[in-house]
Amino acid sequence: MDIEKIRNNFPIFLYHPELVYLDSTATSLKPKRVIEKEKEYYEQYSANIHRGIYKIAEKATAEYEQTREVVADYIGASDSAEIVFTRGATEGINMVASAFTEIVKEGDNLVATIMDHHSNFVPWQQLAKKKRAHFAIIPIREDGLLSVVEEDGITIDKTALSKFITANTKIVAFPAVSNVLGTINPVEELVKAIKEINPSAIIVVDAAQAAPHAGVDVQKWSADFVVFSAHKMLGPTGVGVLWGKKEHLKEMQPVQFGGEMVLEVNEQDTTFKDTPYKFESGTTNISGVIAFKEAINYLRAIGIDTIREHEKELVMYAIEQLEEKFGTEIKIIGTKNPQFRAGIISFSFETIHSHDIAQLLDDKSIAVRAGYHCTMPLHNHLNLTSSTRASFYLYTTKKDIDALIKGLDYVRNTMQK
Amino acid sequence: MNSIYQEIILDHYRNPRNAKIIENPTSQISLNNPLCGDKITFSIVEGDGVVKEVGYNATGCAISIASASLLSEQIIGKTKDELKKIDKDYIIDLIGIELSPNRIKCALLPLEALSKVI
Repeated sequence: MDIEKIRNNFPIFLYHPELVYLDSTATSLKPKRVIEKEKEYYEQYSANIHRGIYKIAEKATAEYEQTREVVADYIGASDSAEIVFTRGATEGINMVASAFTEIVKEGDNLVATIMDHHSNFVPWQQLAKKKRAHFAIIPIREDGLLSVVEEDGITIDKTALSKFITANTKIVAFPAVSNVLGTINPVEELVKAIKEINPSAIIVVDAAQAAPHAGVDVQKWSADFVVFSAHKMLGPTGVGVLWGKKEHLKEMQPVQFGGEMVLEVNEQDTTFKDTPYKFESGTTNISGVIAFKEAINYLRAIGIDTIREHEKELVMYAIEQLEEKFGTEIKIIGTKNPQFRAGIISFSFETIHSHDIAQLLDDKSIAVRAGYHCTMPLHNHLNLTSSTRASFYLYTTKKDIDALIKGLDYVRNTMQK
Repeated sequence: MNSIYQEIILDHYRNPRNAKIIENPTSQISLNNPLCGDKITFSIVEGDGVVKEVGYNATGCAISIASASLLSEQIIGKTKDELKKIDKDYIIDLIGIELSPNRIKCALLPLEALSKVI
């Protein structure tokens, strides 16, 4: 992997050659071909999709539907009708939560994990509250792995799991990769173990970090729903994917009504299109969906395994450098084993607030994230008021990490009391 | 490089003025900003219609500590009516730096505390 060549594909470095971008977990940078593709739609065939009976509308529709095929192929879906375009991972989760409201009864059990992003936590917490159901939360161990996963990162502790998953469990939510700890969960093994205890539990996997950094395989995972966002994987903002097993999507009622998603509207009744179209009401983010396939094609050309190896190297290097330079002053959250860790490192300094760290790093054009990263329960669980997060991607270099170390030294000197 | 961490901010962060716990305050309030974990307990002692003493215990970022310290210097000897005139713009002038919308809330927590104790 030639990183210099890769960086040349990202126009932002032309405008900000000094930029040390370590916030890809929030959103990734965009390669030129994605930006160009979006422009291509607006310049060359900016028609609405699915309804126009003229050439540019047909071209736009073909480009849009082609992305559905590319996404299906990328995540191993057997049928592109299982790919629903959304505004992002959050919308996908909320669609599932709305659609499955009726199956949850008083006294039932909904399960999430302490490492879930608020977007895969709050919808289930609120649904449980509304239905007077229990909301169970799987904790993590000291090493950042889920408490129901053994130290090898793969084997499931079924006794521990059975304390959370019961016959009354209706929905189980967890992330494939944590956006704070970087922990890579053994999705396939978790799904299998959950279904052994309760085959009818609906499993919702948040793959917002897995799709860009570790890959998604919906066949192997065999969950019920998987969601992710385009903008975290080199694609445009405002586009996401909800993948669901076809039988679920067929049964699910549309969440939003409007144009595009109907078959026949009479004065007193309406019939809807089949999946996925019944979920894509109104005019969707056409340019974004069209350009999304360029992001996936770009990722595939490099290879998710190559990216994963690159991130492993960066994680090892960063942890080693941070510990060497800052020793006991710094607390790195989560596992130190790059085998189970994506290119995400969250840390805290006991005496320096994360906002001060991020603000001072910005003096040196280093972009990191400070705060809760949408995981307040996790930070409370870890007894942290906030943390600083540096995250990596295919364009991140060891030089970026050296800049971070130097930047943190500057932070420490400035804030010294 | 254009750091918002000017000497005045760092000075008040390192040596916050009036940072003490008052034993028998006339009025006291504890506030926190759950989004960033900043916390402040703010106390005043009143007498003869004016604030005689001020103290606080704050944890948080440099901006919030410096804002509490700078604000505390403006309080003693003032009447409640005078203190009510202290607003967001006053604090921003006091700090003397431009803050992004994300950081302004750090600077305003002590002001919120003041408005609640008077």
